[in-house]
Amino acid sequence: MSSLRRTFVRTVFSVACMGLAAAAQAAEPIKIGLITALSGQSALAGEAITRGLQIAIDEVNASGGLLGGRRLELVRRDDEASPAKGVVAARELIHKEKVAVIFGGLDTPVSLAIVPLVNQAKVPFMGPWAAGTPITKNGAKPNYVFRVSAVDEIVDAAMVDYAEKTFGATKYGLIMVNNPWGESNQKGLVAALEAKGMKPVGSEKFDGNEVDVVPQLSRLKAAGADVLMMVGNIGPSAQVVKSLDRMGWKVPVVSHWGPAGGRFTELAGPNAKNVHFVQTYSFFGEQSPVGQKVIDALKAKYPNVKGPEDITPAVGVANAYDALHLTALAIQNAGSTDGDAIREGYYKIDSYDGLIKQYKKPFSADSHDAITAQDYVWAQFIDDRILPVGLVK
Amino acid sequence: MQLLAALISGLGLGSMYGLMALGFHITHSVSGTVNFAQGSSMMLGAVLCFTFAQTLGWGLAPAIVLALLCCAVYGLLVEFLAVRPFASRGSNAWLMSTVALGIVLDNVVMHTFGKEPRSLPSPLAVTPIEVSGLGLGVYPLQLLIPLVGLALAAALHMVGRRTRWGTALLAVVQNRDAARLMGIPIGRAVAVTYAVSTLLAGIAGALIAPLFNVTADMGTLFGLKAFAVAILGGISSAWGVMIAGLIFGVAEALITVTLGSGYTHIITFTLVIAVLAMRPNGLFGRAEVKKV
Repeated sequence: MSSLRRTFVRTVFSVACMGLAAAAQAAEPIKIGLITALSGQSALAGEAITRGLQIAIDEVNASGGLLGGRRLELVRRDDEASPAKGVVAARELIHKEKVAVIFGGLDTPVSLAIVPLVNQAKVPFMGPWAAGTPITKNGAKPNYVFRVSAVDEIVDAAMVDYAEKTFGATKYGLIMVNNPWGESNQKGLVAALEAKGMKPVGSEKFDGNEVDVVPQLSRLKAAGADVLMMVGNIGPSAQVVKSLDRMGWKVPVVSHWGPAGGRFTELAGPNAKNVHFVQTYSFFGEQSPVGQKVIDALKAKYPNVKGPEDITPAVGVANAYDALHLTALAIQNAGSTDGDAIREGYYKIDSYDGLIKQYKKPFSADSHDAITAQDYVWAQFIDDRILPVGLVK
Repeated sequence: MQLLAALISGLGLGSMYGLMALGFHITHSVSGTVNFAQGSSMMLGAVLCFTFAQTLGWGLAPAIVLALLCCAVYGLLVEFLAVRPFASRGSNAWLMSTVALGIVLDNVVMHTFGKEPRSLPSPLAVTPIEVSGLGLGVYPLQLLIPLVGLALAAALHMVGRRTRWGTALLAVVQNRDAARLMGIPIGRAVAVTYAVSTLLAGIAGALIAPLFNVTADMGTLFGLKAFAVAILGGISSAWGVMIAGLIFGVAEALITVTLGSGYTHIITFTLVIAVLAMRPNGLFGRAEVKKV
């Protein structure tokens, strides 16, 4: 049965390739797929990824397209943050729309569900957001999954480093949301501490809809924690900050990027600004020429963008922008839209002067993640804006 | 000090569970049916409070009153749409239809209110009161919640025993047919209990909103725990469910603080099963006597 299915997939795939080959002759557009949440709680994030991609696509098309004048065209599908819907969308984009590359969204479970599918169908997958370590480290050979975003494993190590350097932390208290994301970061943080010969003084879980985190936090306080490592989405993170406020415990909080997802200051109150969290880019502060160019392009294309405060969430826009340009280079290197050639094309990228950084050999067979710990930016909420730490006192 | 903190947050949460469980109690004792989606009713109370107070800016007090009225009306709707058509035919399909109506409500709210969590500011949840100089603060609202819970349980108890309406309801409980013959409008009586049931959930929602994030799915886990509490307390006793709520809330907080949060759900729900195995009618319930 499975060999039958494989034959079927191969047939479909070769038909797809012939279709694409025929399309190339007619100079048809190269389709770029995007599967992310476009409705619901994460709609804003999906829109940010869309905008980052669209600005970059416009730039590529304005400079004459790829592979001898073929324009890029974005095809979006809503996964509603559901892995099942993501898989259905991926099948459709691969077999019906015949996209050259699929971009993923912000939910790690959705990306993890799509990964086996793209590896089987040999269609490159580019993750501009979801940070789950096993998305790119998925064990497949060859591996078609690439990422321009933070990686949980690396974020965990960076959080430990940041707490040590900034707050002189020696006693780490872990407060993790009770879901797979919290779980994997808990392991990552323990591993990162172990690498420095340390252990957390306490590790607590809390539920996504926990009202009061005081019991967990008072355990960490009693254990003598001098810094809190927090991993949770915006709502749960806000509950931690409010509980700290009630306890009157002024402890530095170093966080994954959960709080960046919305109105953190409204939810967490005035102490929201005490949470330092990881970002890959900030449109505030001094900008590189590329940064200025992207801000100007966004202002011109989207009337509701008046300044950096409207480019939100910034990581979605920035990661997607760089990821698309890197993908364009990969397609150019491949010389075709064949999945395997594009995969090799990513490895052949030499350098790219991007928004987040200057990429030098961003991908290799061993490393499918272009962003490293040195590229992270630490940010805090000042009112409703996400600013680099220390930009405003 | 840790234990004291746990006790206070446990009592606050426990009375939330108790309030919602009272809603299960009141409809169950009069009609033998419940609205399984009490969590959604609680969410409705919180979301409407936020909408009236923040989005429309009508002030907190009018917003709460109006939100609670809407909750009561929603309770009438639940009874009319999801319970009466099935219960009147002796079918148990109200089990599923109330759950379904709750899911519909959650999704309608998700589309209109949005899925982004919001926060309802309250003057009672701004400055924490320092408790006994131990570096432990509580919001005044956290102290108010158990008081409101107990007061409402007492009020329900009094209404049931001392007022015409209460005695009429008790009559329905004892003998439906005799009550009907005495001219008690049974249909209306059941509808009113649903309004009160949803109203109680709405009060829980309005009370918890400033301490929590207001979202379309905020009620789900609450509703589940409240049902566990209702069964634990013995659904036939108003005081029983309220006290079971407090016990459940305090147990949760104490387990979290002593053993760690990883064990909270495992132990509390195991305890629920253990208690039910030993006392099938709950801690304070009486066995239902079926007369043949």
